[in-house]
Amino acid sequence: MTGRVLVGVKRVIDYAVKIRVKPDQSGVVTDGVKHSMNPFCEIAVEEAVKMKEKKLIKEVVAVSCGPQQAQETIRTALAMGADRGIHVEVTGKDYENLGPLQVAKIFAALAKKEEAQLVILGKQAIDDDCNQTGQMTAALLDWPQGTFASEVTMEGDKLKVVREIDGGLETIKINIPAVLTADLRLNTPRYATLPNIMKAKKKKIANMKPADLSVDIVSRLEVLKVEEPPQREAGMKVETVEDLVAKLKEGGTI
Amino acid sequence: MSPILLSLSAQRCIRAWSTVKTEHACPQLYTALHRRACSSVAPRITTHYTIHPREKDPRWEGVEMERFADEADVVIVGGGPAGLSAAIRLKQLANEHKKELRVCLVEKASQMGAHTLSGACLEPSAFNELIPDWKERGAPLHTPVTEDVFSILTEKHRIPVPMLPGLPMNNHGNYIVRLGNVVRWMGEQAEELGVEIYPGYAASEVLFHEDGSVKGIATNDVGIDVFERGMELHAKVTIFGEGCHGHLAKQLYKKFNLRENCEPQTYAIGLKEMWMIDEKRWRPGRVEHSVAWPLNRHTYGGSFLYHLNEGEPLVALGFVVGLDYSNPYLSPFREFQRWKHHPFVAPTLEGGHRIAYGARALNEGGFQSIPEVTFPGGLLIGCSPGFMNVPKIKGTHTAMKSGMLAAEAIFPKRSVFFPPVFEGLHVPEYSEMLKKSSIWKELHAVRNIRPSFHNYFGLYGGMVYTGIFYWILRGKEPWTLKHCGMDAHQLKPAKDCTPIDYPKPDGKISFDLLSSVALSGTNHEGDQPAHLTLRDDSVPVDRNLALFDGPEQRFCPAGVYEYVPLDTGDGMRLQINAQNCVHCKTCDIKDPSQNINWVVPEGGGGPAYNGL
Repeated sequence: MTGRVLVGVKRVIDYAVKIRVKPDQSGVVTDGVKHSMNPFCEIAVEEAVKMKEKKLIKEVVAVSCGPQQAQETIRTALAMGADRGIHVEVTGKDYENLGPLQVAKIFAALAKKEEAQLVILGKQAIDDDCNQTGQMTAALLDWPQGTFASEVTMEGDKLKVVREIDGGLETIKINIPAVLTADLRLNTPRYATLPNIMKAKKKKIANMKPADLSVDIVSRLEVLKVEEPPQREAGMKVETVEDLVAKLKEGGTI
Repeated sequence: MSPILLSLSAQRCIRAWSTVKTEHACPQLYTALHRRACSSVAPRITTHYTIHPREKDPRWEGVEMERFADEADVVIVGGGPAGLSAAIRLKQLANEHKKELRVCLVEKASQMGAHTLSGACLEPSAFNELIPDWKERGAPLHTPVTEDVFSILTEKHRIPVPMLPGLPMNNHGNYIVRLGNVVRWMGEQAEELGVEIYPGYAASEVLFHEDGSVKGIATNDVGIDVFERGMELHAKVTIFGEGCHGHLAKQLYKKFNLRENCEPQTYAIGLKEMWMIDEKRWRPGRVEHSVAWPLNRHTYGGSFLYHLNEGEPLVALGFVVGLDYSNPYLSPFREFQRWKHHPFVAPTLEGGHRIAYGARALNEGGFQSIPEVTFPGGLLIGCSPGFMNVPKIKGTHTAMKSGMLAAEAIFPKRSVFFPPVFEGLHVPEYSEMLKKSSIWKELHAVRNIRPSFHNYFGLYGGMVYTGIFYWILRGKEPWTLKHCGMDAHQLKPAKDCTPIDYPKPDGKISFDLLSSVALSGTNHEGDQPAHLTLRDDSVPVDRNLALFDGPEQRFCPAGVYEYVPLDTGDGMRLQINAQNCVHCKTCDIKDPSQNINWVVPEGGGGPAYNGL
C-alpha cells in the first residue's frame, strides 16, 4: 500500500488535572487549564508513523478539529513523525457542541478529499469517553472498521487486526481502505523531542473550516446540565453478619 | 567503653553521635566516616544518574548517547517574569536596530505559567518600562489595590496596624494579579516578537567549553524503556532565570565561586490557595496582610489575602513561613490551614470553595545574599540570584528589571556573535548596570529589616527596628546586619523541642495534605528515576529521623517524604513519592543534613497551576 493515512488527534484536558465544573453548570472550566493530546490519539499517531517507517504507507496526515490551540496538538503529532497537518477550525459555541457525529462527518469528508487509504483514530477521548467517532466515520464512508486494535499487520492487500473485546482477543481480516481505532496495548508512543519540535515548525498545517468540506456541524444534542458526581459518603463498619443484614433491611435494600 | 564488647548497632550509634559534633563544620566528612562505620547495607533509594553515573552502569552499555546540537545567539533558561523580560527586551532591541538575533527560551513547565506561583501584588514599574502600552495590549493587570489592611493576630483577636505611606508594605499604585496569567500573556508577547519558546523542555545540564566557560545547556533525557536523549542548545551567552534556588544555578555557584563574597541565601516557603467565595464577602481590590499568630514571635512569617477583581468573586490567600525556623515539628502547611480558622479570616471563606493550591520557596536574603551574577558565558537573573524586596514581599518587578538589564548589557556585545566563538561571552557590564540601577537602591534601603528579626523580642523587635530605621531614616543607617547562616543549620534537635498540636482539618475551611496536592494538578511520568536524589541513602533514617524526627515529612507541602515502617517490622525507611513534587525546592533548602539534591525531572512534569 503506498497510500496516505489520516490520523485524528484531539486536544483534551490533561489526565492529571482536577476538573472543575463551571458555576453555571454548562460545562467544565477549560480556560488556562493544562491540555495535552488524548493518550489514545498518541497511540494512533505512533502506529501511523511506525507504518510509514515500515514503508507500508507513504504519508501521515494529522488532523484536529477545534480552536487555535488545536494547532499545538497537531505540532506534537508532527514532531512524532507526521508529515503534514490539517486544522479544521471550530471555535466558540460550535466547539462546545462539537461531538462524535460532526467530527465523523468531517473525517469522512477529509478522507475522501485526501484520498486516504486508512483512517486511524484513538478508541475514545478521555474527556467525553464516547468511543463513537471511529465507528461513525467507518459507517459514513462505508468502510470496514478494526476497532480496539491491539495489533495491526498488513497481509497482502488486507489488514489483519487483533481486537481487544470483552471475551478476550478477536482476530479479523479487513479490506483496505479501512478505519482503525487504537487501544492501549497497540504500541508505546515515542516522545516528541525538542529537535523534532523544531523541525515540526517547518512542516505545513493547512487551515480550513467545516463549511469548506460542506459539513454541517449543527449539533442534534443539547447539554442541559453538567454537575459534579455526588460526594462520597462515609461508610459504616459492622461487627457481625447479622448486623449487616439488619442494616441492609433498615435501609430498604433487602 | 570497650568497643569490642558492644553490639554492631551500638557501635554505629556511638560513631554517629561523635561525628554529629563535627557535622556543622564539615558535613561531607560526616558522610564519609559514617559510610565506613556502617557495616549493614544502606537502603537503595536513589537511582538518578547524577548520583549513579550511567557510564559505569552495565545496563546502559550500547545505548546511543549522542545528542543533537543546535546554535542560538542567546539561550534563556526559565520562562518566568525575569526570563521573559530578558527575551522580550532582547528582541525589542534587535527589531529596533534591525538586527537578527536568535533567542531560545526553555521552560520546564508544560505551558507558560503552569509553574508560576506568587501572591501577588505587582508593582507596575517594570511593566511600564518594558511594555508601556501593556493596558492596550490586554495585559491581565485588572485589579488596582483599593484597600490595604495590616494586622497583628493573636489566637482570637486582631490588632490593626495603620498602613502609613512610606512603610514598605504600603501598596498604593499596585495591582493584584494572578502571576501565572501575566506570565502566559508575556509568553504570547515574546512569541509575537520572534522569541522561540519551548515549554515542556527542562534544562538539565550546563555545557562547558574547553576553557571552562559556559557553552549552553542540554535538555533532559526522556524515558527508560523508550529512551531519548536530550538536545544541546549552544549559545554565545546563556541567561539563567530558574527562580528561587534553581538547580543549575547551584552548580554554577560552585563552579565559578560566585558566592564567596556574599552571605548564604535565606528562604521562606509560601503556600497559596485560591478560593471562590460568597459574593457578599467579596471586596475587590482589598489587600490584607497579617503577622504573628499562629507563628510564635521567633518564627518569621505571615499571611496574605487578596480580593481579585476579574469578574468573579475570587480571592488569593496564603501563608509564608521563614525557613530559618528552629522547631523540627513545625509544619508550614498545617500552620497555613490553622490560620484560616482565625475569626478575622474564616468569615471571608465561609460558604466558599477552594479551587487551587500550590507552594513555592522564596528568597529572604535580600541585599546581603546577592552573589556575583556574571561569569564567562552566562548571567543570572531574577529570583535565582535573588532580588526580592522582603519587607515589601515583592520580587517580580526587580526580577523583570534584572532581565531587562541583562538584555541591555548583552545586546551591544552582539558584534562578538559573529564569527562563532569557542568561549562563552563574559558580560560584566550587567553587574555594573545592576549596581547603578533602582534594584540596588531599593534592596540597599531595606537590607536590615529582615535580619532585625533576630533579636530577643523577635517579631516585635523587628517591627520596632523597621519603624525607626526604615520609615523614618529610609535605611540610611551605616551598618549592615548579618543573617544567621544557612536555613538548614537552624533546626534544633527534636528532643529539645515540643511537638505542635495542630487541629484536624474540618474539610470546609482547612484541608488535609493529599487533597491539596491533588488540586495542584501535579504529575510526573512514571518512566524516569526519582528527581529527589540523596547524596547518601542512609542519612535520612540515621540522622534526619534520629536527631530531628524527620522534618522533611512536615516541611514538604506535597507529601513527598514519608517515613514508613520497614517490611521486617523493626525500624523505618524513607519513602520518596517523587510524583507528588510541586517543584517548590524547600527540601533542598531545609534538609538539616543537606543530603537532598533536587534535580529537574522530565520537562512537562510538575504542577499544572492555572493563573496562580
